[in-house]
Amino acid sequence: MNDHAFTFRGAPLVFRASGALFWPDEGLLCISDLHLGRSERYARRAGALLPPYEAQDTLTRLEADIEATGATTVICLGDSFDDDAAAHGLDDTIAIWLTRLMAGRRWIWIEGNHDPGPVELGGDHRAAVTHGPLTFRHIATPGAEGEVSGHYHPKARVGGRARPCLLRDAARLILPAYGTYTGGLRTHDPALAGLMQADAVAVLTGPRTIAIPMPR
Amino acid sequence: MSALPHIIDDWFSAKGWRPHEHQMEMLGRAADPATLLVAPTGGGKTLAGFLPTLVELTDRPRKGLHTLYISPLKALAADMRRNLTGPIEEMGLPIRVEDRSGDTTQTRKKAQRADPPEILLTTPESLALLLSYEDAPRMFAGLERVVVDELHALAESKRGDQLMLCLARLETLRPGLRRVGLSATVEDPPALSRFFMAGGCPVLTADPGPDPDISMLATTAPPPWSGGGAAYAIPDVLDEVRKHKTTLIFHNTRAQAEIFFHNLWLANDEGLPIGIHHGSLAREQRQKVEAAMVAGDLRAIVCTGTLDLGLDWGDVDLVVQVGAPKNVKRLVQRIGRANHRYNAPSKALLVPANRWEVIECRAALEAVIARDLDGDPRGPGPRDVLCQHILIVACSGPFDADDLYTEVTRAGGYATLIRTQFDEALDFVATGGYALRAYDRWQRLKQRPDGLWQLRDPRATQLIRMNIGTIQDTDTLKVRMRQNRKFLGEVEEGFAASLIPGDTFLMGGRIVRFESLKEMHVDVSNDRGRKPKIAVFAGSKFATSTQLSARILDLIHRRDLSALPGHTQDWIALQRAVSHLPEADRILVESFPHDGRAQTVIYGFAGRGAMQTLGLLLTRRMEDAGLGPLGFVATDYATLIWGLHPVEDPEFLFSRDGLVAGLEGWLSQNALMKRSFKAVANIAGLTPHNFPGKRASGRQATFSSDILYDTLKRYDPDHLLLDITREEAMRGLIDFGRIEEMLERTQGRVDHVVLDRVTPFAAPLFLEVGKVPVEGAGREALMEAEASRLMQEAGLE
Repeated sequence: MNDHAFTFRGAPLVFRASGALFWPDEGLLCISDLHLGRSERYARRAGALLPPYEAQDTLTRLEADIEATGATTVICLGDSFDDDAAAHGLDDTIAIWLTRLMAGRRWIWIEGNHDPGPVELGGDHRAAVTHGPLTFRHIATPGAEGEVSGHYHPKARVGGRARPCLLRDAARLILPAYGTYTGGLRTHDPALAGLMQADAVAVLTGPRTIAIPMPR
Repeated sequence: MSALPHIIDDWFSAKGWRPHEHQMEMLGRAADPATLLVAPTGGGKTLAGFLPTLVELTDRPRKGLHTLYISPLKALAADMRRNLTGPIEEMGLPIRVEDRSGDTTQTRKKAQRADPPEILLTTPESLALLLSYEDAPRMFAGLERVVVDELHALAESKRGDQLMLCLARLETLRPGLRRVGLSATVEDPPALSRFFMAGGCPVLTADPGPDPDISMLATTAPPPWSGGGAAYAIPDVLDEVRKHKTTLIFHNTRAQAEIFFHNLWLANDEGLPIGIHHGSLAREQRQKVEAAMVAGDLRAIVCTGTLDLGLDWGDVDLVVQVGAPKNVKRLVQRIGRANHRYNAPSKALLVPANRWEVIECRAALEAVIARDLDGDPRGPGPRDVLCQHILIVACSGPFDADDLYTEVTRAGGYATLIRTQFDEALDFVATGGYALRAYDRWQRLKQRPDGLWQLRDPRATQLIRMNIGTIQDTDTLKVRMRQNRKFLGEVEEGFAASLIPGDTFLMGGRIVRFESLKEMHVDVSNDRGRKPKIAVFAGSKFATSTQLSARILDLIHRRDLSALPGHTQDWIALQRAVSHLPEADRILVESFPHDGRAQTVIYGFAGRGAMQTLGLLLTRRMEDAGLGPLGFVATDYATLIWGLHPVEDPEFLFSRDGLVAGLEGWLSQNALMKRSFKAVANIAGLTPHNFPGKRASGRQATFSSDILYDTLKRYDPDHLLLDITREEAMRGLIDFGRIEEMLERTQGRVDHVVLDRVTPFAAPLFLEVGKVPVEGAGREALMEAEASRLMQEAGLE
């Protein structure tokens, strides 16, 4: 009940209230826009003081999702690291934690616009990956079918509250940002409104998922 | 009694003046180590403080710093220089007087350190900065006297604590230093003297002068039910301005001052010269108003707390207080601004802005006449200020921890500081604390082999010096005209962020239109409209004091209500008939349906901060009880809570243990705590605000302090700064002490009145701004209901 179950291109999927997408038949967990290392980037650019604990928070939630689903494949849908340098300069505890999560399962890093280069961690590094009827890539391509993407950090409002949300229609899914302390883009934005069909549904994250017609 | 030297005595005679009795008395006590002088506004306090210095320097002229004068206002120090230089020149005394503040030029500041004047006039922050230099011992070696002006005002904030630590430092540098504190009338002078000097000092109280001539302004229209503008009283206030030479019109917040000023001008048909003065206005604009005031060119000034202190305005013959005074002591000090002359009664008018304030104004007026001042006892010195002090001491050179501890406990607020607490502060300054130990930037002190502590990196002094002080300016953005880039004033960043292009608001009494937010500027253009779209930007909100709340409760229960206007008498009578009148020793709870929600009103009279906290704690308990609370709003008197289900039996809500347990759980995840933490982190030097070459933007600073808060809360919950934050929040924003006071006086006696509609006392609550939403099961249920309605409408499921 807390999760939102639906069928997409014939695949039965579950959108979890945490913001992760799970495909039970394939044991596949997909999350987008972790933005690990954001604090480092802020620290370098603005001199502001952000400790790396936001990465720990993100990874704690991810670990919980992996445990709860028993996922055997994890796809990180891009912008996993805030920029290339951040991936190299990642805190040791974070790198070890990631390695531990990656152990024993297939792990695919999709390139995003914030982390275009290869990173010094294990796993596959791909621009996009196709799995059965679904294609996973970072930024949505107009006209694509069966596509799962991230990048926009969609957010929607209901009952006076705005929360990160999944956008879904018959042709595509756009995942919310999974990382702690990421901003968001309202679904009214032309960038999102233009991509999604008229009957698109927004599924809000939070204590439980809440589905509404995508606000435009 | 000592005699004045001829040269000074002659000068007094030539002017046709005679020193006041307490001024001569201060001269008699000139050799005492410490004296606190309590005198009403206009009592010649400052001269009383300086007279011994003038006498000593006349009798035994010498070079070098003799007297340090410290005032909370830069403007006051500058004004004092003018006031002293005149007489000193007329008497031909060989005394140099200079002021020093953030506005003093670098060249001048350097010269002052190399060759200090005999009398230096400065602020607590400038003194702290002087003490951070290696040459401080040399500069203060010959110092004889310190005069602290407006001590009562300094004692109300951390600036006072910092100053007391600095005085303790000065005393180490110059044993035998004498100090004099000057204060307006306060409720507990011995307590103030213990703040001024550990162990207290003799208090000299001057004749308080005649009773003020104070009354409520009779208005043609009754005040509205809610709100704070007092626009209804504009014609009557204008009438009073016309009848007097110069009127000061005080407001509690900047926003209210702006709105009132705007409305005053709309009604000012004969074009009486009226100005506005508050802390958000551009400095040049404030100075222009001040100059016009001194020159006698203005008939009235609409102002806020910025004019509470100091500067002598000469011809003010009427003070108008708009809105409830909240605190009797401040009201008395404001009233003293009228007729700034000793032995003449001050004239003041109170203008309540709404019905509750009618009662509060009447209660305050009676307290003023009874000379019954209010005030809460001061807690121990805050430890974030201590952290900053340790940094300042480290800047001036290596120090011994034992010596510094002894020195610190000589400052009044820190007399009870135990060694462990000092060591915790030292450890934080040295390492940043457990969770932050990995960061170089917070590893600031190291202990040398000889046991002395010193800065790890001597280059850190620049950053530390740039961030000296305890004043927390809310993060503000400059407002300027788009066309000519003329600077109009400042607004809070949060307010600026809420604007969308085309919004209009008041700034400096005119309506401007928001155009864009560029870098650190809010660009606006003139707007020809007569009514601003957005009326309010945030200002400080004081809580009604405990004593004043008690007087209000007493007042509404009087058999004879004739002291109050007819409309207010009727309102109270109707409340008595329909429901109950709130009583001091019972908690009144009203429940009724309204607007499709179950409404609950709690009359606690514990002041705004505490009633707000009560709202948060009670909604939490109601959430646990499955009542689905959706939000609440609080005033000084009552808290209104609305939700899905009515409260059947409210008694369970008020058990002390339950409230305390709720507080513990809730404190840590509260936005108010983050606000407190931000100030604490700033003062303690964890998150510096100023950087060489640039200033961290408010949003960055908030962002990082919020994240640091979350981090420490999770990974180092016993961190010193969290401890300080909790302590402060309990006293300040959260004000749990007032909730305990309420529980103490009501002892679990709860009266529950269930009605079918809104009661007279509850009605104004529905018009209050500042409603707080509650995030819980009730909210989720509403969101889900709305979601399924939307889905159905769209035919999606």
